[in-house]
Amino acid sequence: MRWLLLKDLQILRRSPLQAVLLVAYPVLIALLVGFAISRDPEKPRVAFLNEVPSGSRVSVGDRQLPAAGVNDRVCARVECVRVGSREEAVERVEDGDVLAALILPEDLVDQINSLSTLTPGTPKVEVLVNEEDPVKAQLVDERITTLLAQANLAIARRIAVEGGRYLELLIEGGPFRVGGFTVQVLGLRTAARILTALDPALPPGPLRTSLREVIRFADGARDNLDVAGPLIERLTQPIEVKKEVIDGSAPPLEIFAISVAATLTLAFVIVLLVAGSLALEREENAFPRLTRGLVSPAALLAEKVLLGVAVGLVVTLSMLAGLEIFVSLQWDRFALWLLAILGGGAALGAAGAALGAAAREVRAVSLLAFMVTLPVAFLSLLPSGALGAGLFDLVEIATGLFPFKPALEAMTAALDSAGGGIGLPLLHLAALTAAYGLLARFALRRFAAV
Amino acid sequence: MQARGLVKRYGSREALRGIDLTAGPGELVAIIGPNGAGKTTVLSILAGILAPDAGEVRVPEGGVGWVPQQAALYRRLTVEENLLLFARLEGHGDPRASTEEMLSLTGLGERRGEVVARLSGGNQQRVNIAIGLLSRPLVLLLDEPSVGLDPRQRARLWEFVSGLAERGTTVIFSTHDIQEAERYGRRVLVLADGESLFDGSAEELREAVRREAPESADSDFETAFVAYLHHRGH
Repeated sequence: MRWLLLKDLQILRRSPLQAVLLVAYPVLIALLVGFAISRDPEKPRVAFLNEVPSGSRVSVGDRQLPAAGVNDRVCARVECVRVGSREEAVERVEDGDVLAALILPEDLVDQINSLSTLTPGTPKVEVLVNEEDPVKAQLVDERITTLLAQANLAIARRIAVEGGRYLELLIEGGPFRVGGFTVQVLGLRTAARILTALDPALPPGPLRTSLREVIRFADGARDNLDVAGPLIERLTQPIEVKKEVIDGSAPPLEIFAISVAATLTLAFVIVLLVAGSLALEREENAFPRLTRGLVSPAALLAEKVLLGVAVGLVVTLSMLAGLEIFVSLQWDRFALWLLAILGGGAALGAAGAALGAAAREVRAVSLLAFMVTLPVAFLSLLPSGALGAGLFDLVEIATGLFPFKPALEAMTAALDSAGGGIGLPLLHLAALTAAYGLLARFALRRFAAV
Repeated sequence: MQARGLVKRYGSREALRGIDLTAGPGELVAIIGPNGAGKTTVLSILAGILAPDAGEVRVPEGGVGWVPQQAALYRRLTVEENLLLFARLEGHGDPRASTEEMLSLTGLGERRGEVVARLSGGNQQRVNIAIGLLSRPLVLLLDEPSVGLDPRQRARLWEFVSGLAERGTTVIFSTHDIQEAERYGRRVLVLADGESLFDGSAEELREAVRREAPESADSDFETAFVAYLHHRGH
């Protein structure tokens, strides 16, 4: 077997394009993934016109809210293109220079401030959009909606706090500033105490009965308004999220991205190499000569899988080492990495051997390997809930029949402790290795046909 | 080498219908017949690539060398690497010595470092034959060895093969070129549609053709042979 392995490596060395592709492809994937996970998502380009006079502050009651830093907040979420007028904003949106324009009108702060008066207005901002690119249009919608939701929430919280303070004043009493003057508010608690003190001084009769009704009202109002404060505060966030993980544990996103890149590399390198080198035996007419007592078909298959696993191991480890530039990996889990690569590699190699034995010609095999691996990889990355229940079950079965998904699970588990257990994926891969090995052995019978 | 009553079926089609063949040491046997006659199937069974559905094959100790119709080589390896690989796979005690011997025997010593894909068709066939000879077999089976070769390459090939036979190797080759069979085959086996129509010397074949297709007696041998096959119902 070692001589066949040596021969295949010699052939690989003599095929510079193939060898370069085998090395360059994973390096390219590694760079792309590294670049993607080390960079913020692209910001939509938005024209921004802030007509609110500088120094304007939102105030609730007699209190001014801290400066919001609106310009900075907006421009942190979108790529701001400052414009001087509404006309310029419209023109830029029409020209497609920007995807949208956000205009904060001059009276925005006054309108917000009117919310705490007896004649509340409706604060409005203006958004002009260019929806020629549906993906970016959705991104703009989401960013601006998020911005406004955050602004609304900040104001609502402040209003709730001020509302609570007013209630407190009503209950407990104290000084209240209005129009530059300070007014002393008696408060329900003090009012009830004074009235209770007056009660013995009154003779029994209708006046005393009325006084006691007023005392009961003051006590009841004080007690019930006590709960109104927390209620108003809850209005700003009426629903609290309680997150409980029922199943699975998610590794960090960048680790999952690396796992996807590594498994994709492993899959393409091994499936293409094993399928191609096996088909080459047929194309070179060497298969009958080899299996005429020199090598058994099973040994030939094993040699091809070994070749794929060996090359896949070197390329994948090189890629992981390259990704270390972008993300810190847990090298103390190296033994698990090896297990995942060897287990995944063996199953992918066996699948490649089955494809190579079935297609027999190198070109057809390469095409077939891409046509099988790419959609399977795509389907394996679909999260549950992305499709209807029945359809997702079918996808689960289909992806479970190809080694990509269990190899991805094993790789994720190997790279991070939050990636789940590695035992089950390895068992799955072992079963697939055996199944595809048998399939390949069966398909090899056609190779011998003269 | 001896084969008796060889039968091979592909589905309902009978590719061979009870073929007998014997060949002694140093004998050059040509198997001729039109396309689909069963020539490659016979050689594949003798080589052990295919199992017959009926009949038996006796192979002499020392093994059978097989040279398939299309060169069974790794075109991206050099001549020497190909020979060395198969010598190692055959488990030779000293694979390098066996390789040197074959390079010398086939006259490929000067081309040893060349990648096979860059060799001419004739030289590729010589490497193909050299691999078949690596095990120093007593019997060499050649499946249409001269296909695709120009006259000069063909002459060199047959000079080499005849030399092997003179040194005692039994050579059985297939061809659909009647003149090649007549010129190099000491014995000729004629197959058509899986049947054996004739087994004898080239002179005896000429006599049989004259006898069974007298109207073609004045034509060239190839035309007369076609008429002979026609008379025999093929």
